[in-house]
Amino acid sequence: MTQSFRLENVGLINRKNKISFKFNGKTYYGFEGDTLASALLANGVHLIGRSFKYHRPRGFFGAGVDEPYAIVQLYRNGETEPNVKATEQELFEGLEATSVNCWPSVNFDIGAINNFLKIFLPAGFYYKTFMWPKSFWYKVYEPFIRKAAGLGVASIKHDKERYEHKYEYCDLLIAGSGPSGLASAYAAAKNGARVILAEDKARFGGTLLTSEVNIGNKSGKEWADGVISELKEMPNVTVKNRSQVFGYYDHNMLVMSERISDHLSKTKKFHPKQRLWYIRAKEVLISSGSIERPIVFGNNDTPGVMLSSAAKEYLKVYGVLVGKNPLIFTNNDSGYETAIEFKKNGINPAILDSRKDPHSEIIEEAKNLKIDIKFSYVVVAAKGYKKVKSADIAKISDNKEQLGKIENIKCDCICVSGFWTPTIHLASQSGNKTKFNEDIDAFVPGTSKQKEKTLGAANGVYNLDETLKSSFEAGHELSKKITNNDNKVSFPNVVEKKSTSHDKFWCVPLPDGKNYKRFLDFQNDVAVSDVEIALKEGYRSIEHVKRYTTLGMATDQGKTSNLNGLQLVSKIENKVVPNVGHTTFRPPYTPVSIGAIVGREVGKHSKPTRKSPMHLWHKKNNAVFIDAGVWLRPRYYKQGDENLFEGSKREAKNVRTNVGVCDVTTLGKIDIKGPDAAELLNRVYTNAWLKLPVGKARYGVMLREDGIVMDDGTTTRISENHYHMTTTTAQAANVLSHLEYYLQLVWPELNVNVVSTTEQWAGAAIAGPKSRELLQKLFPNFDVSNEGLPFMGYIEGDLFGVKARIFRISFSGELAYEVNVESDNGNFMWEKIIEVGQEFKIQPYGTEALSVLRIEMGHVAGSELDGRTIPYDNSLEGLLSKKKDFIGKRSLTRKAFTAEDRQKVVGVVPLDKKTSIPEGSHLVKDSNAPLPNPKLGYISASCWSVEHDNPFSLAILKDGKNMIGKKLFVMSPLKNKIIPVEIVSSHYVDPKGERVRS
Amino acid sequence: MLHIKCPHCGMRSQNEFSYGGDATIKRPELGKEISDQDWDNFVYNRKSLKGKHWELWQHISGCRQWIKVERDTATHEIFNTLKATEDIS
Ligand SMILES: [Zn+2]
Repeated sequence: MTQSFRLENVGLINRKNKISFKFNGKTYYGFEGDTLASALLANGVHLIGRSFKYHRPRGFFGAGVDEPYAIVQLYRNGETEPNVKATEQELFEGLEATSVNCWPSVNFDIGAINNFLKIFLPAGFYYKTFMWPKSFWYKVYEPFIRKAAGLGVASIKHDKERYEHKYEYCDLLIAGSGPSGLASAYAAAKNGARVILAEDKARFGGTLLTSEVNIGNKSGKEWADGVISELKEMPNVTVKNRSQVFGYYDHNMLVMSERISDHLSKTKKFHPKQRLWYIRAKEVLISSGSIERPIVFGNNDTPGVMLSSAAKEYLKVYGVLVGKNPLIFTNNDSGYETAIEFKKNGINPAILDSRKDPHSEIIEEAKNLKIDIKFSYVVVAAKGYKKVKSADIAKISDNKEQLGKIENIKCDCICVSGFWTPTIHLASQSGNKTKFNEDIDAFVPGTSKQKEKTLGAANGVYNLDETLKSSFEAGHELSKKITNNDNKVSFPNVVEKKSTSHDKFWCVPLPDGKNYKRFLDFQNDVAVSDVEIALKEGYRSIEHVKRYTTLGMATDQGKTSNLNGLQLVSKIENKVVPNVGHTTFRPPYTPVSIGAIVGREVGKHSKPTRKSPMHLWHKKNNAVFIDAGVWLRPRYYKQGDENLFEGSKREAKNVRTNVGVCDVTTLGKIDIKGPDAAELLNRVYTNAWLKLPVGKARYGVMLREDGIVMDDGTTTRISENHYHMTTTTAQAANVLSHLEYYLQLVWPELNVNVVSTTEQWAGAAIAGPKSRELLQKLFPNFDVSNEGLPFMGYIEGDLFGVKARIFRISFSGELAYEVNVESDNGNFMWEKIIEVGQEFKIQPYGTEALSVLRIEMGHVAGSELDGRTIPYDNSLEGLLSKKKDFIGKRSLTRKAFTAEDRQKVVGVVPLDKKTSIPEGSHLVKDSNAPLPNPKLGYISASCWSVEHDNPFSLAILKDGKNMIGKKLFVMSPLKNKIIPVEIVSSHYVDPKGERVRS
Repeated sequence: MLHIKCPHCGMRSQNEFSYGGDATIKRPELGKEISDQDWDNFVYNRKSLKGKHWELWQHISGCRQWIKVERDTATHEIFNTLKATEDIS
């Protein structure tokens, strides 16, 4: 294919580098520096997709971020990305793209039948059409909507690209590199401020790239290039192109997405695809420019109808003609600039100007160029289905209500200019209450809310001289405030054409007998008639009208449609626009990829993985791991092809008969020091702590202020003013914060310090009847007899030259010890225990066996201490001191907590002694009772008791105290099980606790 | 994301902190008689204020100190920050 719409010697593209790409399977050529849109237009391709609701043919409307139509499915390096704007996607070798929202193809679209059935798809069509019958929803409506109405298709493959996050601080963040952005950045940078200048597009300069102006005896583009290259050299300046500042958040934090590799065929090695910048700026200058407004007329969505500024940009930046027989339809001077550019390149445009008799420099220039201009003329309707072929035009009365005789003129594109809408999104997001500016028929930022200032066109200033002056000044003033420097830059001489005022005209009336669709929102297919219906049906608030009609709700967020929608509502409602108000601008300004938002926090990076010092040993010995909070813990050590059930049973049995060793490094450990340490413990734990002797451990339970159990664990008195607290793995961080809270805020008079030592100690629990014999061999020079190291005793030992702490505590209910060494020695300790333990048939055991052992002992843990239970529920009421106050004690007197039939932990055994009981099942009295069957309790933990060789569960059961011996049913609708059970004591093994003391 | 001035460390991003609720609530003294209503007010009852509010934050990924922050709950403006031991005036 030839690029038959490409001009020679015009544009900023690199003609030396020809690039091939595919659109809808067909190969085309463009140049380096093209966007997909400009390259397609160079090839005369205007039909790019189908509209969302009516599936009408769609072309290009803009040339950048405001584009409502040209959304494609992009294929790059084996990956696909939906909803890419062709106007933003830069061309690269091998680019492939397809149309979205058309099935089976862009040229023959079944959904287009909606266009002829549009009577069924008026405003609120989602709410009306797909309401009933209910059964139709899943079978008919939803599949239809999904197939016919979707935009692009998201990839279901893992995204191999890398996305990064970056945090940055600066004095001034400047969003947009048009005249105001460049001038303010330059002034601030020269005054020593740390500046970040962000430009959404690949090229810096904004409108300076396309406007015929002269700054300091240079063309706009030359001046912009000069400023940018000077800024790039300055160490205090960061200049970023392809970077969209899309969100303005609290406390002057802005987020910017930088597209680093999207314009390349393939991301370079070690480069991210995109980078998300979190920028905390002392001051923000919003120089985001403005977007041209369309004028609404019949069939104004026909491919070939586009913004006049876009036509000019395609011509001047890309050397592309959007048509060879252009019709310019304008209500202001901007349309003339486009017409003149066409004329200068040998094309004869025609201008329809809705104004009656405007006079300005540029109009004179157009007249001198012999451009055909019709004043008081409008386009009534575009003609042509897949492309504009002609236009119905007419003279319009001075009051803009009567049309003259309809004439038809040939044209191949209609370039529309309905004046300009400032891009106030960032200012509005910052909290700035916008105000309506009558002169430009648009909202502009009001009083600054955060440290932000809006400049130039974004502030409704369309005069270059004034824009540059105020921007130089703002850059200087704001930087001076921060740096205290006063280095001024000289202000360049500006030459520009003076323009005259625009016509407050935005919608062409319908001619008699015609019912053309006149679109407001091009992406969501919202027409004038839809808004009229919504208002007729009683919708008043603009926010409601938006949601009912979907006006401004598409991926372009109404960048080109908002104001015309407001004009319409204000006209029908007979209110002025500021009283209608605008809908809320929310971040992101433009769609941001999920990848960029997620950054590196994917897969293994989504949370840190902590490993114990013995991790490699576990791995070598076939441990199957399980996540325990952020830790990886061995669940069981697989032997041969045994499964979890078999392996954990073997391990638990070995603890009951010989000796086992379990890695307990992950338990939270808090070092507590200070003369008031005992007093702190006495207030935090429910039991008494003031008289614990040195060298002794004690089990303790701590509550929240509302009486609910927060955590349990043992704390050991290492020396006079030094305690070692253990917490559960899951609650370690919360318990530390809890202690800090009380020490810093509630009882600052207590002289105590707390610090986490979880990572400092490696722990091994040695449990089983042979554990003492093993311990004696590990510490031959220490007295570990029942007298020397009694239950809940503590000594410091020496493990083959390594300092060790030995606690006689038990979680398994067996005679057991816990040995701690400094983390670096963890693996040494572990290997020694395994080596020396061989003669006692030692086996390592994982968390599953640990669970079995604690469940059959009736030892409550996380599944019972689940943030809903009080000490009584867990049979821990014996640990509640009556003599002293403690955190949460007062709450325990609440009526519900002292009820006679209060829930309590019990044991549950199936009557057949065979059927395993699913955790989470409910306990009921009568399995045949009508629904809802009153629930008496729930199964908190289940195991296969190795002691009794039958299933055993713990449950929290209403009136549990009086239920022992009763027969109930366990019901699990999820697993479709009903199991007759007997309620027994929660202490299923060694109820008197003799083993731990043996 | 808020920018909070830790009285110990200086200006830090919100993601270094965790929120701790109303800073004006005073825990009743240990061991003292207290009515059900007063205890309920301490444990459960909180005002959901619109506007200036003294609240607790902990600089959890920094100095680990609990601090008092005066913030507007509607605009997120922060007016003042204090150390745990400093009294709200
Ligand atoms: Zn701090």
